[in-house]
Amino acid sequence: MTGSTLDSATVTTEIEVAQHHEHEDYRVFGLVVFLISESLMFGGIFATYLILRGLTETWPPEGTEVELLLPTINTIILVSSSFVIHKGDVEIKKGNLQGMRLWYWLTAAMGAIFLGGQVYEYMTLGYGLSSNIFANCFYVMTGFHGLHVFVGLLLILGVLWRSRRPGHYSATKHTGIEMAEIYWHFVDIIWIVLFALLYILTQF
Amino acid sequence: MAQAQLPVGTPLTTPEPEHPQAWKWYDYFTFNVDHKVIGIQYLVTAFFFYLVGGLMAVAMRAELATADSDVLNPNLYNAFLTNHGTIMIFLWIVPAAIGGFGNYLVPLMVGARDMAFPKLNALAFWLNPPAGALLIGSFFFGGAQSGWTSYPPLSLITANTAQSMWILSIVLVGTSSIMGALNFVVTILKMKIPSMRWDQLPLFCWAIMATSLLALVSTPVLAAGLILLLFDINFGTSFFKPDAGGNVVIYQHLFWFYSHPAVYLMILPIFGVMSEIIPIHARKPIFGYKAIAYSSMAICAVGLFVWVHHMFTSGTPPWMRMFFTISTLIVAVPTGVKIFSWVATLWGGKIRYTSAMLFAVGLLSMFFLGGLSGVTLGTAPVDIHVHDTYYVVAHFHYVLFGGSVFGLYAGIYHWFPKMTGRMLNEFWGKVHFVLTFIGTNLTFLPMHQLGLQGMPRRVAMYDPQFESINKLCTIGAFVLAFSVVPFLINIIWSWSKGPKAGDNPWGGLSLEWTTASPPMIENWPVLPVLTTGPYDFGGPPEDDDDDSDFDDE
Repeated sequence: MTGSTLDSATVTTEIEVAQHHEHEDYRVFGLVVFLISESLMFGGIFATYLILRGLTETWPPEGTEVELLLPTINTIILVSSSFVIHKGDVEIKKGNLQGMRLWYWLTAAMGAIFLGGQVYEYMTLGYGLSSNIFANCFYVMTGFHGLHVFVGLLLILGVLWRSRRPGHYSATKHTGIEMAEIYWHFVDIIWIVLFALLYILTQF
Repeated sequence: MAQAQLPVGTPLTTPEPEHPQAWKWYDYFTFNVDHKVIGIQYLVTAFFFYLVGGLMAVAMRAELATADSDVLNPNLYNAFLTNHGTIMIFLWIVPAAIGGFGNYLVPLMVGARDMAFPKLNALAFWLNPPAGALLIGSFFFGGAQSGWTSYPPLSLITANTAQSMWILSIVLVGTSSIMGALNFVVTILKMKIPSMRWDQLPLFCWAIMATSLLALVSTPVLAAGLILLLFDINFGTSFFKPDAGGNVVIYQHLFWFYSHPAVYLMILPIFGVMSEIIPIHARKPIFGYKAIAYSSMAICAVGLFVWVHHMFTSGTPPWMRMFFTISTLIVAVPTGVKIFSWVATLWGGKIRYTSAMLFAVGLLSMFFLGGLSGVTLGTAPVDIHVHDTYYVVAHFHYVLFGGSVFGLYAGIYHWFPKMTGRMLNEFWGKVHFVLTFIGTNLTFLPMHQLGLQGMPRRVAMYDPQFESINKLCTIGAFVLAFSVVPFLINIIWSWSKGPKAGDNPWGGLSLEWTTASPPMIENWPVLPVLTTGPYDFGGPPEDDDDDSDFDDE
């Protein structure tokens, strides 16, 4: 029984150099794994919400009105922003940096409008975080999601900031752009579930 | 075993090295991105917390030597109880087994130069010291007092600031654990050398893969529960306050959805360590490679559906008890597969009784006992009878101390030569083993009896009829505490003055033994080529390359 290496301690080969310095970029894969994990955190909170809803007689409790118009508009804005950001990704893959910037700015604006709408909703609702068990869920769920939208917004602004540097992104170099897009889609998907649970389910 | 060769390219002129070939001592105190440095950072930090948590245990055992409250006041006892459990689980076993051994060994075993995301890796480690500081700092605010489970409503009404610090600390280590896990998944899936087939992946890597998947699925759910608890304590919400429409059992579900899988987070990497140590020190191919690899995955999958066995007394409906009793008992099957595979590997092997092997065999016997009491506890009727008694304490210390901690020691004795380039002293290693083995059994074996007689856990004062057995446990705890001394001296002395180890002191066949001890920065001058499977000990290599079973002798 002997050792199992090549017996060539100092020889450097092309293969080795290639693997060493130019190994593949696994960031997108890593982000997807992370987001699967992250969605389970929302899963825990959603499960709590559903159990509490099942245990409570009237849901939402008397005097807690769930406003539907503004959130619906907000939802349309957020969901369509997913298509907008994808246009940006398509543009950069064609090598059109300015096009990408345009679509990403638009996405950022839509994200900001969504957050602004959420803040406006908070201010006008007439009940606060600790009013009742429904309000607890409402604010924690939307607030936690809002935090994620905010992080997504920062990622998009980060992409826009970096894209000022010539050559930072190109048709073949766009991992950062893609990651911001994937994160944004994630935030959207979570919102769709959340909207169904908090707004639509309470209508029945 | 056929040789799967890397294509060899034309040699280039050797480029000037851009970095030093070894790290200086102070590099271990910085935000270093080398997986080996991070692994050692994890191990040393975790061991420090082990000592802290151990001192808390000794103080508690001193208190329990008599039935009265004479050493610690009850509040302090509660705080020690809470933080002992928390520290041992979240800051010792999990970071040492996954963060320490995982980081050090996985890239070496799969033939990679580093983890997939080195900076993320370093960040994951550096979340641990502040988490520990938060826990220990909580003592200045009275200390979290509601046990490591922190069930509301108790956690809502005792020491709020300390409880909040406890929550933030767990969220920090949870974040660290998720970052580490996703790093392992990507590293193992994407970065193993092309010549390594999946059935040549060392079993430790299979174990870390299963562990990481489990951590990725379960940890965020705990985070959700803890965030809701934090809101309940600090911001006036009432998720877990029954008088305001909340429900305490929801917390238990969220908590145990993580914390039951957490016991597999603590034992699966140790199973991986066992699968590496036993064949090497028995000089025999591992028995049932595929069975061990698949059983890790099976434990990972079934382990997600057993959490309610912690809640048989929480008003759980009978159908749930039935379902979770059965699923709990099913976990014993893949675990048994592993145990029998190791025993079969030992059978007829040329066993070398090194310290590493002694701890591994010690683990087998202790984990066997812990596993048996686990089966009894997994069945709802017995569990309801002995719930919250010392029987439970005995069970989980047999699996966590007799299992995980023995495995960590075995791993340290086994890989210390690789990590430091020096051998540990075998004589003192054996002294350490004997003291630890006696101490463990003396402390935890009598607790079964205490539990069956009905002594409740988590209390500082108890009925005097239990005093004589408790005295025995306390003596055991002191032996256990003392057993760390020869180990610590051995480590410190051997690290600086021990005999040189050479690249492969045990004659291992997995890839980490193909590089220098300690490995250079970026692990190999040239990435290694796989010429044997990781466990092809003894006998001529097989010719047949497909369908090769490692369990054939």
